[in-house]
Amino acid sequence: MAKKIGSQTLLLTSSPSIIGYAAVGAKKEKEGPLGGYFDFTSEDSSFGEKTWEKSETFMQKKVVELALEKCGVSDNEIDFLFAGDLLNQCISSAYASRERKIPFFGLYGACSTMSESLCLASMFVDAKLANRCLAVTSSHFCSAERQFRFPLEYGGQRTPTSQWTVTGAGACVVAPKAQAPYLRAVTVGTVEDLGITDINNMGAAMAPAAARTLCQYFQDTATRPEDYDLILTGDLGFVGSRLLERLMQSEGYPMANLHNDCGLMIFDRLKQDVHAGGSGCGCAASVLCSFILPQIACQRLKDVLFLATGALMSPTSTQQGESIPGIAHLLHISAFPHTKEEQA
Amino acid sequence: MTKQEYAQWTQEESPRSKGPVNIFKAFLSGGVVCTIGQLLLSLYERLGAGENAAIFASLSLVVLSAVLTGLNVYDNIAKHAGAGTLVPITGFANSMVSAAMEFKTEGYILGLGAKMFSIAGPVIVYGVSASVIYGIILYFIQ
Amino acid sequence: MDLWMLLKAFLVGGLICAVGQVLIDYTKLTPARILVSFVVLGVILGGLGLYQPLIDFAGAGATVPLTGFGATLAKGVAEAVKEDGLFGAFTGGLGATAAGITVAIVAALLAGLFCKSAEKG
Repeated sequence: MAKKIGSQTLLLTSSPSIIGYAAVGAKKEKEGPLGGYFDFTSEDSSFGEKTWEKSETFMQKKVVELALEKCGVSDNEIDFLFAGDLLNQCISSAYASRERKIPFFGLYGACSTMSESLCLASMFVDAKLANRCLAVTSSHFCSAERQFRFPLEYGGQRTPTSQWTVTGAGACVVAPKAQAPYLRAVTVGTVEDLGITDINNMGAAMAPAAARTLCQYFQDTATRPEDYDLILTGDLGFVGSRLLERLMQSEGYPMANLHNDCGLMIFDRLKQDVHAGGSGCGCAASVLCSFILPQIACQRLKDVLFLATGALMSPTSTQQGESIPGIAHLLHISAFPHTKEEQA
Repeated sequence: MTKQEYAQWTQEESPRSKGPVNIFKAFLSGGVVCTIGQLLLSLYERLGAGENAAIFASLSLVVLSAVLTGLNVYDNIAKHAGAGTLVPITGFANSMVSAAMEFKTEGYILGLGAKMFSIAGPVIVYGVSASVIYGIILYFIQ
Repeated sequence: MDLWMLLKAFLVGGLICAVGQVLIDYTKLTPARILVSFVVLGVILGGLGLYQPLIDFAGAGATVPLTGFGATLAKGVAEAVKEDGLFGAFTGGLGATAAGITVAIVAALLAGLFCKSAEKG
């Protein structure tokens, strides 16, 4: 049963496992450095569908299907489905789930949704409110672009700090303690805003939230960055990563050599013309489920802090001149469960 | 950490636009678009279009921009050309055509028909309004 | 073919676009705001009689950028006010630019009907 330590961290004392996971991507993701690790990639980001929204829905359906298949669990064995995406009213998640008949929670955490859904899924399992939960997240470059920015064929220029929305999805099946990867702790983030208004610099807007959540976690658990193999942020990109490392340094937790960012891993930033890196909630989701979880499962990585970061603005708030608040939820994912002493 | 300090850090860590390079590219590409316009203009003058030659030249560029946008290549040029393809009338046409293509999935009326003006609309609104103000002033001072 | 005229069109048109790029890269103005500013600037310059000399000098180099669209609006209004009085203030602008706007609308409609946005990457 979860135990609260410090002010914001929950130790998941039963160490729930991620028993199945899958990642789906499109052409650009396939061409990226992690392309070979995806469970399913398409040559075409339409996935054979008529609208981009349908394409994103297809990805979510596919990724859930693959994750369930990989752990041999069927729909009716899932107690709750936590799903989210970037589109208004989370339509990709709702439409992808409409045939599944699994009790459904639609989440909006912007690009932090993979951590948010995984936090909730692991808390539900740890608290024995559920035996198996699904955490699913997706984003699609084309559907995000037309909702948040411009028509695809519009001749605009991207600024050097802008990021490229990943067309991808990830899904995790969380169940009671069985095998690595284990979920050992969560820190639910707070909404932080240091006044960034440039919507082409999301990384800068989200870095303070990531720093705040990380510091809180280290304080609550009395650990330090060196105690982990990898501190993995969601989509801070090049600018946000540098800012996070500076913020952490100033807080007395230098971690530049332990830190990596999904947005910097999924694309070759210089060759693939993505400016400051990848973004979107499919970025953290697909990198986690394709590249990171398998390494934890085989103990190549032992202790990973995963925190997907979200920028909680909308086109309306931006047009009204509001600054961009950020959020980051943290999960400690480990190759080992809690020991007996830690549980007590 | 105050907002001012953080803004300072953000500025330090954010790569700058390649200003001079971008400006040169915009100059070059904008110049080319206008040169094409001038070629068309002389062509229409020879064909006897007279005073309307300049308008015909602009109309031809609008059509050219629409075709390039429809063939999904305008944005690839604009990525490099920047203001060079934004400021000429071709940019105005591209903003309407791209929106029409993008939002037809939301229907022909409220999608294609309405969203067509989502970027170009303000140009017409403020351009026409400015000209009305100018006309009224002109009427009273004449 | 008047090569000198082509060169002038290139230089003046290029310079106007370069100013746009300076605004994009060195100010916080969004492209949409820059376009609106260019058109309004064109109306003002046209109204003050300062734009016509540029058109005479550079031809398409001055008419093709959006400032030229603004100048056309002003020119249309000036002519209409001369003919119809105050009524002309409301008909001249759109009258003079009707062809451009109409062609853009029809082109957008046709492209919307027959073309589709493609994925990017």
